Amino acid sequence: MAADNVASNGGSAPAVDQKRRRLLTTGVGVVGAAGAVALGIPFISSMSPSARAKAAGAPVEVDISKLEPGQRVIVEWRGKPVWVVRRTDELLASLETVKGELRDIESDDSEQPEYAKNVHRSIKPEVLIMVGICTHLGCSPTYRPDVAAADLGADWQGGFFCPCHGSKFDISGRVYKGVPAPTNLTVPPHQYLTETRIRVGSDGGQA
Amino acid sequence: MSKVSDTMAWIDERIPLTATWNKHVGQYYAPKNFNFWYYFGSLALLVLVIQIVTGIFLTMNYKPDGDLAFKSVEYIMRDVNWGWLIRYMHSTGASMFFVVVYLHMMRGIMYGSYKKPRELLWIFGMLIYLVLMAEAFMGYLLPWGQMSYWGAQVIISLFGAIPWVGDAITLWLRGDYVVSDATLNRFFALHVIAMPLVLVGLVFVHIIALHEVGSNNPDGNDIKKVKGADGKPLDGIPFHPYYTVKDLVGVTVFLIIFFAIVFFAPEMGGYFLEHANYIPADPLKTPEHIAPVWYFTPYYAILRAMPDKLLGVMAMFAAIAVLFFLPWLDRNPVRSIRYRSAAYKAILAAFVIAFIILGYYGMQPVTPMGTIISRLCALIYFGFFVALFFISKNEKTKPVPERVTY
Repeated sequence: MAADNVASNGGSAPAVDQKRRRLLTTGVGVVGAAGAVALGIPFISSMSPSARAKAAGAPVEVDISKLEPGQRVIVEWRGKPVWVVRRTDELLASLETVKGELRDIESDDSEQPEYAKNVHRSIKPEVLIMVGICTHLGCSPTYRPDVAAADLGADWQGGFFCPCHGSKFDISGRVYKGVPAPTNLTVPPHQYLTETRIRVGSDGGQA
Repeated sequence: MSKVSDTMAWIDERIPLTATWNKHVGQYYAPKNFNFWYYFGSLALLVLVIQIVTGIFLTMNYKPDGDLAFKSVEYIMRDVNWGWLIRYMHSTGASMFFVVVYLHMMRGIMYGSYKKPRELLWIFGMLIYLVLMAEAFMGYLLPWGQMSYWGAQVIISLFGAIPWVGDAITLWLRGDYVVSDATLNRFFALHVIAMPLVLVGLVFVHIIALHEVGSNNPDGNDIKKVKGADGKPLDGIPFHPYYTVKDLVGVTVFLIIFFAIVFFAPEMGGYFLEHANYIPADPLKTPEHIAPVWYFTPYYAILRAMPDKLLGVMAMFAAIAVLFFLPWLDRNPVRSIRYRSAAYKAILAAFVIAFIILGYYGMQPVTPMGTIISRLCALIYFGFFVALFFISKNEKTKPVPERVTY
């Protein structure tokens, strides 16, 4: 301390102005911290989806003319699996019988375009278009139309089952109660170009 | 003076080489009653070195690219000279890292090594454990197999459970709308440079903290309280040569086991390298049964046991976070299990058994029975900390001896 105060001219040192020193230290600290935060922004931001990743979201088209009742095809849209299922009458009938066991019967808390916010969650009752990603932790559930399957219980009415964490969905992708998934499976925007051609990923602004 | 001591003196005037050696090795007095539980600290260090060295050589042939990664791993396995050995050492090293770290942590819990004055030592250790889990998780994505892909998908989705900002965070972590090439590339960067740097830094701090307070021992007493005429603890012996030589025995046994696995069972029946990971990543199809590698399964079982997404994620993170508070949850000043009550031993036994059962069910497909047992074990897991807090307050302990015993 003493050495700090020895002025070069050998005279007695002036008293340290603590107030001014504190102001300068705080000022430099605050400005420096602001600079560090500003510098952090480009680095943090560089980890967000790039312009190329954002652009790669084009709609895909599916032809369902050869899809038999009970069958499912999977197409890729934005890197995600999208299911197209032609449901049988028996499967459609199950939508009423399972109602009591569902968490979000009317799909109020779930994601779907307005035209798919109904009991069959689709435009045409028998054709289901759905993002095949579990709303729990992102696994792709399995398609289990087999009624009363051995591993899913005698009262299984057909639907989707996520092998990762045991979430169950009915054949409209509505989530059962008491499983980890919080909401129904997501219906992507889609539209019919013809009777048998569907475009997934865009609906011409209908929603 | 000889040439050697001249040179040493020259160096010591410029950097404290001899002083550092003496402080941390040559004159670091450790209790003389260490048993086999005390091997696992030095073994963890050994595995860290194995991982870093084999990792460096793997990066020479690995390609962090969604189209090339899987093939480049197969290339390492088939075409690179000794590539199979280097990769199997790295994959076996990952599992063995957790084996020795879990045993090392068990030692710390049993002998109360987290208690005053070693709270920070314990916390640095927990941070190492946390970073190690992140490191292992990111490394597991790199082979770009089915289990890599869907494991990453699930773990990243965990952050989606955070209210309001969850989806934005998962998008930021992936750098894409699904796990993709962008995710693989950044995980490679973090796995190869960021996490190892942090890990090595934390290990350094962990050892500095240990040498500041001194090693605990199976009796949990303080050897620095009883010193000889020379000022050295009567129950202490210099780390070198006594414990360097003892640890060499541990290293020998460990390496026999390590290479037995590398040579004869590198996949360990699907526990070290899961079968589904020999299928290239397919974003459209989740494997029928997905499970993390064994060292994550206890927490995974806790996650699955909860019927609610946010609750499950919170329980899983809480299961790890609660360990940080162990030094303050255990209010009994007696450190070692040797001198603690039957009640304490009972809850600790229940905790360990619950942890192992959770680990088992975390590997199994979901069944109603498994879920019930997992819930019960999760309750025991958290119950341990609650019970410990109350039991340790007025525990009937045995007298702790002044000197160490064997």
